[in-house]
Amino acid sequence: MQSNAALEYDYTVAKLFTYVTILFGFLGMLVGTILALQLAFPELNYLIGEYGTFSRLRPIHTNTVIFGFTVSGVFATWYYFAQRVLKVSMAESRFLMIMGKVHFWVYFIGALIATITLVFGISAGKEYAQYEWWVDIVIVIIWIMWGVNIFGMIGIRREKALYVSIWYYLACFLGIAMLYLFNNMSIPTYFATEGLGSIHHSVSMYSGTNDALVQWWYGHNAVAFGFTVPIVGMIYYFLPKESGQAIYSYKLSLLSFWGLMFVYLWAGSHHLLWSTVPDWMQTMGSAFSIVLILPSWGSAINMLLTMKGEWNQLAENPLIKFMVIASTFYMLSTIEGPIQAIKSVNAIAHFTDWIPGHVHDGVLGWVVFMIMASLFHMTPRMFKREIYSKKLMGIQFWMQTTAVVLYFTSMWIAGITQGMMWRAVDEYGNLVYSFIDTVTVLHPYYVIRGVSGVLYTAGFILFAFNIYKTITAGRKLTEEPQFRTPMA
Amino acid sequence: MFFHWLEKNPFYFALMISVVISFAGLLEIVPNFAQAARPLSTEKPKTVLELAGKNLYVKDNCIACHSQMIRPFKSETDRYGKYSLSGEYAYDRPFLWGSKRTGPDLHRVGNYRTTDWHENHMRDPKAMVPGSIMPAYKHMFTNVADIESAYAEAVTVKNAFFTPYGPEFKRTRAAWEAHRPKVIADAKKIADDMKDEDVKKAVANGEVPEIVAMIAYLNSLK
Repeated sequence: MQSNAALEYDYTVAKLFTYVTILFGFLGMLVGTILALQLAFPELNYLIGEYGTFSRLRPIHTNTVIFGFTVSGVFATWYYFAQRVLKVSMAESRFLMIMGKVHFWVYFIGALIATITLVFGISAGKEYAQYEWWVDIVIVIIWIMWGVNIFGMIGIRREKALYVSIWYYLACFLGIAMLYLFNNMSIPTYFATEGLGSIHHSVSMYSGTNDALVQWWYGHNAVAFGFTVPIVGMIYYFLPKESGQAIYSYKLSLLSFWGLMFVYLWAGSHHLLWSTVPDWMQTMGSAFSIVLILPSWGSAINMLLTMKGEWNQLAENPLIKFMVIASTFYMLSTIEGPIQAIKSVNAIAHFTDWIPGHVHDGVLGWVVFMIMASLFHMTPRMFKREIYSKKLMGIQFWMQTTAVVLYFTSMWIAGITQGMMWRAVDEYGNLVYSFIDTVTVLHPYYVIRGVSGVLYTAGFILFAFNIYKTITAGRKLTEEPQFRTPMA
Repeated sequence: MFFHWLEKNPFYFALMISVVISFAGLLEIVPNFAQAARPLSTEKPKTVLELAGKNLYVKDNCIACHSQMIRPFKSETDRYGKYSLSGEYAYDRPFLWGSKRTGPDLHRVGNYRTTDWHENHMRDPKAMVPGSIMPAYKHMFTNVADIESAYAEAVTVKNAFFTPYGPEFKRTRAAWEAHRPKVIADAKKIADDMKDEDVKKAVANGEVPEIVAMIAYLNSLK
């Protein structure tokens, strides 16, 4: 039997990852905002010569947000909550502790080097999988190190049953591993010849339509297993911990989890509707995207029902506000995606700004909000200090929520405008608009999106400031708060 | 109950996840793999110069704004030409369909734009298309293209995937040195249609400025 004495958890690694989550979050959003402004004001393309064009910067934005911000947020929360739900401290195993620190430093240095390769245009060319072959190898090593911690911690756990959040993190680990490995299969040309050409250069093992299928099986599901699965895991842990409410339904958790696992992967081909991929695959992608509403909304509804009878907390605790709006944006995003995956809608939506609009209501509204909420919950417990300012949290919340709404509304309008103009014909059946007409018309929406980016990033700076002040100047806590996070 | 048991057995839990998530990839990608890898009978692999241009298309990440996928709609075939076929992409590694059209589709741009047009456009897009928000790619006029990597790529795909490059494509440095003049000759054909004196001079000196490879690639998109 386990003793009831509270364990002394070790947050060394969780703290390190918390810092870089904030660092990469800021960098990713900063570059994102620059990109948004470049589309509105093209002169901004020439700030740093050939390295500063929209096209060269975009992978830096996407990869920093995915592999920098989100992944380190996943690591930070893992190193925090895994100890607590598995009832075992990192400090109990010297091996896991050292591995954890090595994991962090290899990750951090690796991430910086990876970013530099993108600056110089060393790219394999596939979206969200631009890193060249040797960077991929480093990423695989980093991922395995995380796996060592996951299975190590599970191996020495005291609590035998795995909590729901652990399921999701486990799935994140396995899913990303599978997807990343298969999608990035390539042959380095330098080693396939007598050392000809650049050592960085490689060529994909798949070609054309097959490459597209593998890529979007990866691309769509990297979103699934990076932006959905671990974030759902986060809310399953942090919402009950913050609100003091037990999860509404175990069965709904079960249904949503296994439903998500099975259904999500099929939906990848909805990125390839009307392309040269066989029709049956497109239809499959479309159909499964609709089915995907069930497990997605299952989790979200489970979260909202967890707050049943406790909605007063929404007014009193900004952290609950962050989490509830996050699940709401998750619902919005997971209904919007399936709508876009309907073939006739996709005919208009594909290739337009509605798609980045969709991505960003998911990422800004759901992923970033949930990661920030998690860090807000963790920081007072890791540093034994009260949150520095509740008021600042409120201001940040409204700034960022406004920013998300501005982002997706402007991009909805932009996307549908563009999609309709591309296909508009006059009474004789001739195209009405030249392509450039469909670009210049978007200027006002691009400006609105730029404003949204500035607002959101400013909110993130407030968040970083609040965390910094909490760590350095927050009122000291004598004992760990049980549920609601104390804030000044 | 099965799930309660599973939650206490992490190994089987992980195994179960792996099995459940593997289905889709196996059933959606594998059955059609061989067929989707087949090229059209008229399709030829890209020359080394064009491959070097393709690598620049990747390096400067043109797919951020340009697609290469003409969908089977009248509005698209009117604008861009014949809709795209799977077999046209069979030699493309990676595929470059893109996912966003901030700029127009380029899959058949070689049919309706010329070397001269591209030269002016890449230097100053607004001069050719008033209102354009595309950045100028002036650095392509001075940077040198990596044609050696392109050759290495051709040899690699020939050996690994049987892409039909000629017998002169070999792994050795000597074979590359022998092939190099051919690439320069191709580059000269492009440079002859250009106005930029520095580019012409560079090609005459046996170097290939990025813009030349880029235009060779764009012209090959038909």
